[in-house]
Amino acid sequence: MLRETILLAFREIRRNLMRSSLTILGIVIGVAAVITMVTLGRGATAQVTSDITKLGTNLLQIRPGQHRHGPGGTQSTGAMFKVDDADAIAREISGLVAVAPMASQSTQAIYGNENWATSVIGSTPAYLVVRNWQLESGRQFTDSELRGGKGVCILGATVRKELFGGQNPLGNTIRLEKLSCQVIGVLESKGQSSFGTDQDDFVLIPLRTLQRRMAGNIDVSRIYVSAEDGVSTSKVEEDIQRLMRERRRITMNEEDDFHVRDMQELVSTMTGTTRVLTGLLGAVAAVSLLVGGIGIMNIMLVSVTERTREIGIRLAIGALERDVLMQFLVEAVVLSSFGGLIGIILGVVAAAIGARVLAVPFVFDPGIVAIAFLFSAAVGVIFGYFPARQAGQLDPIEALRHE
Amino acid sequence: MKTTFSTQISEHSLIELQGVTKVYGTGSAAMKALRGIDLHISQGEFVAVMGPSGSGKSTCMNILGCLDTPSNGAYLFEGVDVGKLSRDQRALLRRHYLGFVFQGFNLLNRTSAIENVELPLVYRGVPAHERRESALRALEAVGLKGWETHTPGELSGGQQQRVAIARAIVTDPKVLLADEPTGNLDSARSREVMEMLDAFNHEYGITIVLVTHDADMAAYAKRIIRFLDGIIDTDEENGKML
Ligand SMILES: Nc1ncnc2c1ncn2[C@@H]1O[C@H](COP(=O)(O)OP(=O)(O)O)[C@@H](O)[C@H]1O
Ligand SMILES: [Mg+2]
Repeated sequence: MLRETILLAFREIRRNLMRSSLTILGIVIGVAAVITMVTLGRGATAQVTSDITKLGTNLLQIRPGQHRHGPGGTQSTGAMFKVDDADAIAREISGLVAVAPMASQSTQAIYGNENWATSVIGSTPAYLVVRNWQLESGRQFTDSELRGGKGVCILGATVRKELFGGQNPLGNTIRLEKLSCQVIGVLESKGQSSFGTDQDDFVLIPLRTLQRRMAGNIDVSRIYVSAEDGVSTSKVEEDIQRLMRERRRITMNEEDDFHVRDMQELVSTMTGTTRVLTGLLGAVAAVSLLVGGIGIMNIMLVSVTERTREIGIRLAIGALERDVLMQFLVEAVVLSSFGGLIGIILGVVAAAIGARVLAVPFVFDPGIVAIAFLFSAAVGVIFGYFPARQAGQLDPIEALRHE
Repeated sequence: MKTTFSTQISEHSLIELQGVTKVYGTGSAAMKALRGIDLHISQGEFVAVMGPSGSGKSTCMNILGCLDTPSNGAYLFEGVDVGKLSRDQRALLRRHYLGFVFQGFNLLNRTSAIENVELPLVYRGVPAHERRESALRALEAVGLKGWETHTPGELSGGQQQRVAIARAIVTDPKVLLADEPTGNLDSARSREVMEMLDAFNHEYGITIVLVTHDADMAAYAKRIIRFLDGIIDTDEENGKML
């Protein structure tokens, strides 16, 4: 009997193909929206999470100037750090893997006829450790290169590609404005960050080389610190704060003229934001699913009215109330499930395209697909029930008289 | 269901109406369509119901068909008081014991003749292949062999009514109720339909209650009941009429 009912539902749907398609449009859009939103949201979250690892875990950043939230960001009112500050941190604070003082500026990198606007970072080998960079080829700076402020450099993947194309850059000499430096290493690519910037677009040189031969000062604009696994970053943050206040002779009632920032904090805020956004978009999509359900109810009511005579005939020849109810309920469920199925296909395709456009990973989640399908079937049951019950409760005599 | 009915079989009254009234509406708008009907119909009878329009024939047929219940009085079908049955029980009674033929044919549109005939068997839960065989036999019995796949829209009025008759007899009912089945047909087509009903009455012993305006059609019946203003005016053997 159920098989008959399902076949009948399919036939009825096929008979009114145009109307059936329009009826399920709401469900299709609703389900597709849910799938797309949730999949892209998951992708964005995954992207941010993977960026944590790329940024370097347990990373702290110390900058001069006060930290302000909101637009405007950091005020650079505090005096720059010196290499001594980084040494002091490394010496006095426990639980650290590496401390990397750095200074940077924008520059023009030149090799032969190739000319590329990029930024140059002056730091120490610790920089690669704290920022989780791997050498693809070549080597680190030696101590003597660091101490002597030698003209040597390590290229980010983008700079390497722009200046050398497919050639091997190792051993060649490039110019950074007036500074000549020999390429001793190339970094592995990290690609785009979730903020949309190219992380591979820089040249790394020894800190002293940058200070002496490019900037003409002894400033350190930032210190990166990476804490050991299992060490509380907030504890390290406090220790650094205390130490720096001391070194910069900040009195009790004065505010810090520097700030320590926990990268993980930033990242968790980001993930939190994407999660909330995913939730919101998902909710909007769910509302459109409900609207789709109301659409189904509407059409089923119209269908019951149109088929009143048919219902009368069925009741007269021995259909029970529940037979007729089942017939219309099954029809509504078949309709909405079918809409759900199409919505899932569209949603997955849209999510795959969207993931490519937004450069986030495509995270296919069978769970959300199953939920979306069950939800659309449930929409059919819930919104189909009222019209179906109405059909079953028709008075056969009245129904037969209906034109 | 079936056992309930068969244990209460009473030889001479398959159908028994006792002082049946039917009132439509309430208060000042109340309309007495039936004003006390007493009637016995036995197994195997062929009864024609006549009478002017509005005299309560259809109302009475609806009650006989368990589509409606009396306002007062009792309707006993094989001794069972239909008025005390639930909506679903009445549906089951229709499913297993009654067949209907209507003036307007009442076939499912856009559904083939054979599927229309199969429909009552679907609700009886008859397996698909058995259903098909019975439906084919019923269509053959009404002379529509070869028309199985045609939809009502592709059939003439007479053919449609024959499909409806096939649908009514495919379940081998005890009673066939026909409310003006020839009302929409010309006289040649009407005669075909009547001959068919007559044959089913003779060959299968199906009890037939037929409403008609046409004396020629009523002539096929063995008993003629005349309604007038909601009561039975005359109830005679056909022989005396002619
Ligand atoms: N559902 C109804 N509501 C109100 N009055 C009705 C209804 N059905 C029938 N009637 C009235 O009951 C009377 C008998 O009707 P009916 O049984 O259809 O007569 P017939 O079939 O003999 O022409 C008529 O006056 C009709 O108007
Ligand atoms: Mg009538």
